[in-house]
Amino acid sequence: MNDMTIMAVETSCDETAVSIVQNGSKILAEVVASQISTHQKFGGVVPEVASRKHLELINVCVAEALQQARLTFDDISHFAVTYGPGLVGALLVGVATTKAMAFAARKPLIGVHHIEGHIYANFLLNKNIEFPVVCLIVSGGHTTLVKISEHCSYQFLGQTRDDAAGEAFDKVARAIGLGYPGGPKIEEAAKTGDPFAINFPRSWLEEGSYDFSFSGLKSAVLNYLNQKEMKKEEVNINDVAASFQEAVVEVLTEKTVMAAAANNVKTVLLAGGVAANSALREALNKRCDQLGMKLIYPPVKYCTDNAAMIGAAAYYRALQGQFSGLDLNAVPNLKFGE
Amino acid sequence: MIILSIDSATPVAGVAVIDQNTILAESFLNTGNTHSEQLLPLIDRTLREVKLSLNDLDAIAVSIGPGSFTGLRIGLATAKGLAQVSGLKLVAVPTLDALAQNLADLDGYICPILNARKGEVYTALYETEEGEIKRISEYQAVKPQVLCEKIRGLDNKVTFLGDGVFEYRDLISSLLGRQAHWPSVNNLLPRPSSLALLGLKKLQRGKTEDIYTLLPFYLRKSEAEIKWEAKTCRNL
Ligand SMILES: [Zn+2]
Repeated sequence: MNDMTIMAVETSCDETAVSIVQNGSKILAEVVASQISTHQKFGGVVPEVASRKHLELINVCVAEALQQARLTFDDISHFAVTYGPGLVGALLVGVATTKAMAFAARKPLIGVHHIEGHIYANFLLNKNIEFPVVCLIVSGGHTTLVKISEHCSYQFLGQTRDDAAGEAFDKVARAIGLGYPGGPKIEEAAKTGDPFAINFPRSWLEEGSYDFSFSGLKSAVLNYLNQKEMKKEEVNINDVAASFQEAVVEVLTEKTVMAAAANNVKTVLLAGGVAANSALREALNKRCDQLGMKLIYPPVKYCTDNAAMIGAAAYYRALQGQFSGLDLNAVPNLKFGE
Repeated sequence: MIILSIDSATPVAGVAVIDQNTILAESFLNTGNTHSEQLLPLIDRTLREVKLSLNDLDAIAVSIGPGSFTGLRIGLATAKGLAQVSGLKLVAVPTLDALAQNLADLDGYICPILNARKGEVYTALYETEEGEIKRISEYQAVKPQVLCEKIRGLDNKVTFLGDGVFEYRDLISSLLGRQAHWPSVNNLLPRPSSLALLGLKKLQRGKTEDIYTLLPFYLRKSEAEIKWEAKTCRNL
């Protein structure tokens, strides 16, 4: 079979990313133009500003990716793009550009679900993962447990009923004055804190449920901070961060291994931005070890948003002959499961 | 010279193919803002109908604004993506110029007005000379009342066109009376053939664009920038 050389584009939020990936795992080029400095003065990502920036940067990123890979458009066999979820204006720039490139190059187009991209970050570096697996997807917008028995097919086991794990991290980080982005800030502060200093509640929901709920935990942290303030007692930020993180990690870890055990699954995957959290990695590693399961997760670089993961997911979609039409649209609230 | 024109600056999605001064095909869709889904299929269909591929073209002309921010980005991203792969030359035509071109053989002034929200229109004033349009004002975003104020001092009739007409026709009529004129419906909205004709002129004058630096002509800053600048100025 011919090599599949996929140019993948990801513009769902504030990074313009283009990658060229061969056969789902060989990364030939990776270009990322971050807009962080642009958005800093506004105190967060401004959708209109992000959309304008993407349009300024995308063609340069494409040219740089080709240069990095020492390829021309003739060598690209497929074009792939994230079509949701994300900021609509930001997604539209990537979608319109990639569709036009695919049309002009007369090559197939593959629209990729951003979350499927996160899952496939695992396959990017480890093509020989054996099915079935249970995958925990944790990010700013998702906390989802799926069973995967074959490529691109998902059996949903559970998801969050309120806040996503990443969202809880952001909100708590803001409450204790650590700012944005919450995940890395909490992780850093927690390193010098005592994870057992404060006993925050764990929400297990009903017996046998693999759903998650983090709003109660978030409220408990806020209540704790309020009470301390009323009593004019000093708060140890690091202890709060560590204890909060411990509560999140424990629930994520236990529900994941429970789901894997109940489904007779021996391999656990971790995906999404929060998969970069080292406390979560360590705790899951330990539990998987104890239970004779194998844990796989991508390097930190591929846990956060990137285009290579989109190229990996697109490869498996293409193998199944799943392509998109020239009418592919951006879908800002594209669902995964539910 | 064969030109493909692409316009998604307003609620109209338009694509035309012209060969010198012959219009070979013109596709015009005014079915709501679904440019992201419609524009590229429209390009595909239009090229198929004239049995041409991108390789047969000399340039792509794109409508660069002012107009809907999202619409402009879809049009420009599409045009730049096509140009980057095919190596075709790219020419940029201001949306208001292309609109005025609809009435290039008309006597008197031409005033395209595009709905700019916030009670304003994007506009510029044009006069014609032997079938050619000549812009005689800045491109601007103004309240139609202010625009009428300025127009009242002019010595000739003014013909308004553009999607702003739907919203402001009554207001403008009440302010300008018989000085205001209205074109027939078929000339009211952007025509991709008008865009292509102006694009051809630009190409003939060698005014091509660099895909890495060409940006939409937004005319307005984003809300966030406006607010940020207001805040920064107060703090100074
Ligand atoms: Zn993500």
